[in-house]
Amino acid sequence: MFRRLAVAAAVSVFAVASAHAACSYENKVPLKSLSAGFEAWKAVTSTMAECGNFRAELDQDFAQKQPAALAAKPALYQIGGVATESIVALLQDGTIRPLDEFVAKYGQNLQPNQLIKIDGKVMAVAMMVNAQHLVYREDIFKDLGIEVPKTYDEVLEAAAKIKDAGVVKYPLGGTFKTGWNLGEEFVNMYLGFGGSFFGDGNVAAVNNAEGVKTLEMLKALSRYMDPEFLVSDSTTVQQQLQQGTVAMANLWASRAGAMDDPAESKVVGKINVAAAPAAVPGAKPATTIWWDGVTIAKNISDEEADAAFRLVMHGLSEDMVKANNDAAVWLVKGYEPGKLAAGAFASAEAGAPAYPASPALGLLHTAFGNHVPDFLTGKRTAEQTLADIEAEYAIAAKEKGLIK
Amino acid sequence: MNPRTFYAFVSPSLLLMVVFIALPLASVFVQSFQVTQQVYQQVTVETCTPGFLTQNCVQETRSQAVLDEHGRPVVETRFVGLDNYRTLLQPMAVAKAIGSGEFSDILSIDFYKALRFTLTFTFVTLPLVLAFGLLVAVAVNTIAKRVRGPVIFVTLLPFIITPVIGALSIRWLFVGDGIMTAALEHLMGHDIAVFANGWAIEALMMFYRVWHVTPFAFVIFYAGLQTLDIDTLESAIVDGASRFERLRYVVVPHLRPLIVFVALIHLMDAYRVFEEVVGFSSQAYRISLQWLTYDFLIPDNSGNRSIARASASSMLTMIGIVILLVPLLRQAWRDHRVKR
Repeated sequence: MFRRLAVAAAVSVFAVASAHAACSYENKVPLKSLSAGFEAWKAVTSTMAECGNFRAELDQDFAQKQPAALAAKPALYQIGGVATESIVALLQDGTIRPLDEFVAKYGQNLQPNQLIKIDGKVMAVAMMVNAQHLVYREDIFKDLGIEVPKTYDEVLEAAAKIKDAGVVKYPLGGTFKTGWNLGEEFVNMYLGFGGSFFGDGNVAAVNNAEGVKTLEMLKALSRYMDPEFLVSDSTTVQQQLQQGTVAMANLWASRAGAMDDPAESKVVGKINVAAAPAAVPGAKPATTIWWDGVTIAKNISDEEADAAFRLVMHGLSEDMVKANNDAAVWLVKGYEPGKLAAGAFASAEAGAPAYPASPALGLLHTAFGNHVPDFLTGKRTAEQTLADIEAEYAIAAKEKGLIK
Repeated sequence: MNPRTFYAFVSPSLLLMVVFIALPLASVFVQSFQVTQQVYQQVTVETCTPGFLTQNCVQETRSQAVLDEHGRPVVETRFVGLDNYRTLLQPMAVAKAIGSGEFSDILSIDFYKALRFTLTFTFVTLPLVLAFGLLVAVAVNTIAKRVRGPVIFVTLLPFIITPVIGALSIRWLFVGDGIMTAALEHLMGHDIAVFANGWAIEALMMFYRVWHVTPFAFVIFYAGLQTLDIDTLESAIVDGASRFERLRYVVVPHLRPLIVFVALIHLMDAYRVFEEVVGFSSQAYRISLQWLTYDFLIPDNSGNRSIARASASSMLTMIGIVILLVPLLRQAWRDHRVKR
C-alpha cells in the first residue's frame, strides 16, 4: 500500500515538474479564468496551467455569469473567454480593459487578424473562428450523382433526390431548436437573402420581402427533416450525422471533427464539408462567422492584468496549436487547416459576414427564436409572424432604452 | 405555553421568513412598477473582427451605453405605473381580438398562451391525482399486512425522483427513436414523432405530473384511512352497501379535509408548472406562466434581460394562485368553524 502511494506521489510530482517544464517562465500571480467548456478552451486553459498558479473554470453557461462576475470589485476572474455575442455585454458594462500596451509587450507571435478592435482599441484577442456550413455524406452524394449544392434551392433539389432514393431516414438535419438555435438560422438565412435588421434609431425592420422569403425557405427545409426539428440542437444534429440518419446539415465547424471519431461515429471518412449554401445564386453564403477569444477584466490591478495577458499568450502558443490542431479552426500561428476545416475557410473566402452582434440584435435574435416556430408549425402566417417578431422586439428594446 | 415563550420560539423562523420571503416579495412588487434602463448614446465606431488573412473592419453607427467617471454604466430607474402589466397583458390587442372574433389571436400573445396551458395543466391533473391517490390508498389498505411495507415503498418512488430528472428520463423514452417511440412504431407499423405534436407533448407533461404527484396524495389518504371508524364501515356492509357505496358515503366523507388539503397543495404546485417545460423542452409548443418569468429573467448572450416584465409576470402568477385557492380556503375555513 505504502509503496503504491509513494509511486503515485512520485508520478504526480513528476507530472507537475514536467508541466512546469513546458512553460518558459513561472507565473507568480494567482489567476483565474471563466470561459466556455468545449475542446478548444480545454486545450488553451490546460496549456496556460503549465505556468502554475492558474485555475480555469470551464462552463457552457459562461455568458450568463460573466457580466456580474467581471463587474465585481475586484473582478472574480482576471481572464474572460468570450465569443462574438457575449463580449457585447462586457463592452456595454465597461468591465474589460484595452489590451494595446500588452499586445506591444507580449504579443510578438500574434497574427494581425486575431486582434478584435473596437473604436481603434484592442479589446480582445481572438483564438479561433466558427461558422455553420454544409456537412454532407460524400458517399451518398457520389452514389446518387449529386453535385455539392451551392444554393439553398440546390439543397432542396438534392434533398428531394435523397428522399426518393430512400438511403437515409431523413435527407436533412438542422439546428432548429426553439430559441437561440432557430434564431441563428433565421439570422443566417435573412442575411443571405440580403436583408438588413434595423431601420433608423434601432427600430426593427424585418417585416419585408426578405423576411418572408427567409421564413418560407426555413419551412421548405424543415419538410425534409425529422418532424421533431423544433427540439433539435447542434448535439442532436451531430448525432444524426454520426448515426447516419441524415445525409446533410448546415452545422457548426466545431462539430465537424466529431464525424471522424471512431468511438462515436458510424460514418468515419464518409463525411465532407463545403461552404454554407447561398440563399440567392451568386450571393454570399447564408452564414455568419463567429469568433472566440480572450479578454482581460478591468477591475483588477495592472500587475495582475500584465501577468494574465502574459499567461494567455503562453496558452495561445504555436506548441498548443500543434498539439491540438483539429480541435478548432484556429487563428493562431502554426495552424494547419485539416480536411474538415475547409467549410469554414470556403465560407469566409466567399464573403460570409461576421455575426453583427449588438445589444439590439441580441433582443431581435431572441424574438426570432420565440416566434419563428409559430410559422413552421403553421399557427401564424409569414406576415403575422414577422409582425409578432417586430412587436416583441419593440417592447424589449423600449424597456432596454434602445428606442424611445 | 405562554405568549412570551411562544414568540421566543417562532421569532427565528419569522425573522428568516421576513428576510427571505417578505422582503424579496416587496422588492419584486415595487420593481413591477419600475423600469431600469441603461443610458445609450449613438456613436460611430470602427469594429474589426477576424477574417482569414485579413481583418473585417466595418464603420458603423451603434448605440453604446454611457459610462460614468468610475467606468460603470449609467442607469436610470423610472416609475412607469402599470406599463409592465400592460405589455404583458396587452389589453388593446385582446379587445381587438374579441371585437373581430379572432380568438386565436389572443393565444398568440405569450401571457395568454402560458395561462391557457397552465390552467389546463392544473385542472386536468388535479382530479387525476386525487382519484389515483385515493384508488392506490384504498387498494394498499386492503392487501395483506405482511407485504404492505414494501408495496408502500415502491409506490412512493416516483415522488422521490427530482422533478427535472424525472421529466428528462420520460423525454428520453419518447424523443427521436427513444425506446417507447420505437415500440409504438413497431406496434402501429408507421412512423411516429411524439415531439412534433403540441398535444402529444402536453399529454406527456400531464402524464408525468400525475405519475410524479400521485404518491403524495396516496400517502396522505392512506394515513387518513388508518383512522377510519371500522364500526361504521361494518354497519354499512350489514346494511348491504356495495363497495362503491361504501367508498362514496363512508370513506370519502371521512377523508374530505385531507382531500381539500391535497387539492390545495396540488393547485399551488401545478400552477407553478416549470420543470416539465424545461425537461420536455416544450417551448415551441407549450409554455407556462412560471417559465415565462424565467425566460424574462435569464439574460441572453448579449446580456439583455427584462427584470421589469419578470417582476410583473411573477406578481401575476401569485395573484393567479391566490384566486385559485380562495374557494378551497373558504371551504376549509367553514369546515373548521363547524367543527369548533
